[in-house]
Amino acid sequence: MTDPRQATNALELKELSVAYRVGRRNRAVLRNVNLTIKAGEAYGLVGESGCGKSTVALSVVRYLPRNGSITGGSIALDGKDVMKLDAEALRRARADSVSMVYQDPGKALNPSLRIGRQLTEIFELTGVTGQAAEDKALAMLNRVRISDPASVMQRYPHQLSGGMQQRVAIAMALANDPSMLILDEPTTGLDATVEAEVLDLIGQLRRELSASILFISHNLAVVSNMCDRVGVLYAGMLVEEGSTRDVFNDPRHPYTVALLRCLPRGGQRKDQGRLDTIPGFLPGIGATIVGCAFADRCALATERCRAEPPPLYELGEGRLSRCHYHDRAQSLPRATPAEIAAVTPKQAPPVLQVEGLNKTYASHGRPLRAVKDVSVSLRPGETLGLVGESGSGKTTFARLLLGLVPPDDGGSIELEGKKLAPRLASRSEDQVKAVQIVFQNPDSALNRSHSIRHILSRALKRLGGLTGKTLDNRLEELVRSVRLTDRHLAVKPRQLSGGLKQRVAIARAFAGDPRIVVCDEPTSALDVSVQAAILNLLADLQSKQDVSYIFISHDLGVVRYLSDKIAVLYLGRIMEFGSSEAVFSGPHHPYTEALLSAVPKLDRTESARIRLDGDIPSAANPPTGCVFHTRCPRKIGTICETQEPELTEAQPGHTIRCHIPYDELARLQKPKAMEPA
Amino acid sequence: MSATDSPVSLPPPDTAERSPWGEVLHSLSRSGTFLTGLGIVVFWIVCALFGQHFVPYDPLASDIINALTPPAADHWFGTDQLGRDVFSRVIIGSRDILTVAPLATILATIAGTALGLVIGYFRGIVDDIVSRVLEAFMAIPVVIIALLAIVALGTSKITVIVVIGLSFAPIIARTVRSAVLAERELDYVAAAKLRHEGALHTMFVEILPNVIPPILVETTVRLGYAIFAVATLSFMGFGIQPPSPDWGLSISSNYGMIGGGFWWTVLFDALAIASLVIGVNLVADGVHGAFND
Ligand SMILES: Nc1ncnc2c1ncn2[C@@H]1O[C@H](COP(=O)(O)OP(=O)(O)O)[C@@H](O)[C@H]1O
Ligand code: SF4
Ligand code: SF4
Ligand SMILES: [Mg+2]
Repeated sequence: MTDPRQATNALELKELSVAYRVGRRNRAVLRNVNLTIKAGEAYGLVGESGCGKSTVALSVVRYLPRNGSITGGSIALDGKDVMKLDAEALRRARADSVSMVYQDPGKALNPSLRIGRQLTEIFELTGVTGQAAEDKALAMLNRVRISDPASVMQRYPHQLSGGMQQRVAIAMALANDPSMLILDEPTTGLDATVEAEVLDLIGQLRRELSASILFISHNLAVVSNMCDRVGVLYAGMLVEEGSTRDVFNDPRHPYTVALLRCLPRGGQRKDQGRLDTIPGFLPGIGATIVGCAFADRCALATERCRAEPPPLYELGEGRLSRCHYHDRAQSLPRATPAEIAAVTPKQAPPVLQVEGLNKTYASHGRPLRAVKDVSVSLRPGETLGLVGESGSGKTTFARLLLGLVPPDDGGSIELEGKKLAPRLASRSEDQVKAVQIVFQNPDSALNRSHSIRHILSRALKRLGGLTGKTLDNRLEELVRSVRLTDRHLAVKPRQLSGGLKQRVAIARAFAGDPRIVVCDEPTSALDVSVQAAILNLLADLQSKQDVSYIFISHDLGVVRYLSDKIAVLYLGRIMEFGSSEAVFSGPHHPYTEALLSAVPKLDRTESARIRLDGDIPSAANPPTGCVFHTRCPRKIGTICETQEPELTEAQPGHTIRCHIPYDELARLQKPKAMEPA
Repeated sequence: MSATDSPVSLPPPDTAERSPWGEVLHSLSRSGTFLTGLGIVVFWIVCALFGQHFVPYDPLASDIINALTPPAADHWFGTDQLGRDVFSRVIIGSRDILTVAPLATILATIAGTALGLVIGYFRGIVDDIVSRVLEAFMAIPVVIIALLAIVALGTSKITVIVVIGLSFAPIIARTVRSAVLAERELDYVAAAKLRHEGALHTMFVEILPNVIPPILVETTVRLGYAIFAVATLSFMGFGIQPPSPDWGLSISSNYGMIGGGFWWTVLFDALAIASLVIGVNLVADGVHGAFND
């Protein structure tokens, strides 16, 4: 018998239409989607959030929410029509041949059961019991390259890092040796390095398993590294499809072109111009679409586009584009003018001067040095980018600046030449309003019970010292400065999209004319199009108000776009500090080098990968000598294990903490120019 | 706006979607449990408010000649040992318990919420000390606290309200505390600190509105217990005082008669208490379900 996988397509969607019932009406979310994934193929599905990606995934296994229904078309898995399966056959298909991994590993893991129990349970379902099931579980953890699987088996999910949890979730998904693996944003919540590791893992597994993969992500670079072919989804329709290389290097639909342009690429920086954005927004679900769904946002749109729905044009070599003018898609004019008023860097005295800052937490009775001996300085209008894996001390450092946690004695923070009290409560009103923050998650940062007007007015009152008419006037100005309008004021946060909420959070931080704004991963939860608009906004506000940013992000392209200076942190220590140019163009600290090589790149240039093995060591028990020596690919010998290197000035303003001399680093790193996508 | 401004067109706010409270009301309106409970409770509230207009007899008027008549056409639930109409007394008997129990619950909610906010917000030593004291307090049965207080203060409705209110407050405080502990980790609380907001503002303006759902659920549950506690105290003679036709009181003055076969002097009051407690518990279940959907 031949393997049926070779004979048939792994997944075949034909004219699939799905609707959600909202307010007594069926609203279309997927519109006649045709999509085929061949056996062993990895297919990427991209598009802004809300375009229907997850709905595709959920339809395949018929896990649609209760108000969702398939209104037309067919789904075939391994040649079997999923819609004709009875309950038992469907259960078997889910157990035997399809597996799904979600963005949030918490969804797949039961918080109250040990990892070992959860894994063995899966095998027990397939009839393997006792020791045999346990052995299989252990083997599965080995397969997803978890270090010390035996101890992981004994732990509860919350005792694992996000990356480990996602590995376990993948292990569970692989337990049934699926022929089809569906990954819905599996790395969106993870750090750059952890993300890279998980992607590596998925890539390796793919070769071992010969499973077909449906890989869903809003991160184009991730998809480009992972997949053979991609489909671009817009308003529930496939608008472009082709091989990954073709689609990303030679896009034929204006939407794809626009998405790609939103990313800060090739080391683009804020003073070289603004990022392009996509004007307008996705049509709501169930919207009636005449003509081209993208017409409202497309600068190439003509009368014909508005009247005549474009078919999926076949462009040969498996390429498809749903655009009447696919041949000139790339001539799409920019939506956001790139030009910006030139900013002349001033040699003003530093607005922020941090000297020898330390923070020690107590962890199980042992000291945990979350921030160790950090010194940085920043001028008005500059951005300091903080880079490092999670657990490297970025957020603690930010909280020290803000006064939310007091630093250890000794060390100092000076704002415009005046010492800042360690505790927020003892800082003056002026100092408090001078240092503000934009948090990562606006759902947590904005009080869900308060209207936007309340939130911003309160900030203006407390931080701006305003009342009455002046407050109202300033409120209007503030709202306009983040490009919101009056009608956004009366609503509660939950009525706004993620990008709008983040604008409110930015407005709140700017209410008292701050000198320094900490931005802690402000765009990591946002679509590329929204991210571009937020980054532009931050850059605009900075050039107008001469405010300084402390910018934390695990997307190095984003950090590079906005930052003038970069501090690379590892286990609470600065490993490298310097101008953005110097840090990114190198020579770099070996850790920086590894971080940069972990960034998924759009053009799939296979640089020799510098890998970081294993998780970041515990800060409560840091390695001796150079704290990076346990993972350093360039470790030179025992000196690295016994002696902690000093942060030495490699070039004026560029310092590196490594035993390898600067010239030697330059020589070692020469052949590869490391560029983030 | 300057020349460098990036033009953006932003999506409008989504005003069509139901608010969380709308969502809760919607699910309550479809919950059989809640509606049944509500029906029972509303029935007794109507009796308490308007009973005097439709009861056939004055609940306090004795008629010794007709004492202890069994249920019949002119006295549906019979009469008690003073010849008072049991039906009228049961209907009007809802009045005191429906004043005292809710007021006690409201007192418990207000005191418990304030306490829970303070210990949840300040945590640390405040929490340690207050929580220990509350735990010790909660270990003593309500009835014993009530007895002690009433012996010391004398009986009055106010005493009953205060005693039950204060003995339930720690339980509500515990619920509020755990909700506040989760809430204070959210970034909007840090944002309030970064505006130098005072503790009172942060607790009552920022955090309180977000912990209302668990408070509401706990309050409805407590109301059921309060009704039970009031009836118990009245039965023991420490609660509502004669000549009120209160249910607990009536049972206490009549239960000696069951032996004589005069079951109707007790049964209907007992059923009334049971129905009100069940009604309130159904409401509580419904509210709990609606908030935890
Ligand atoms: N259960 C549901 N009921 C109503 N609308 C929904 C439901 N689930 C998703 N939607 C809406 O359907 C659209 C597509 O959602 P989804 O498939 O999750 O997109 P994506 O995964 O691309 O972000 C969005 O507008 C979303 O808000
Ligand atoms: S069909 Fe017209 S509106 Fe649609 S994408 Fe192509 S050019 Fe733009
Ligand atoms: S000091 Fe040694 S271990 Fe540390 S970064 Fe340099 S080479 Fe690597
Ligand atoms: Mg999704």
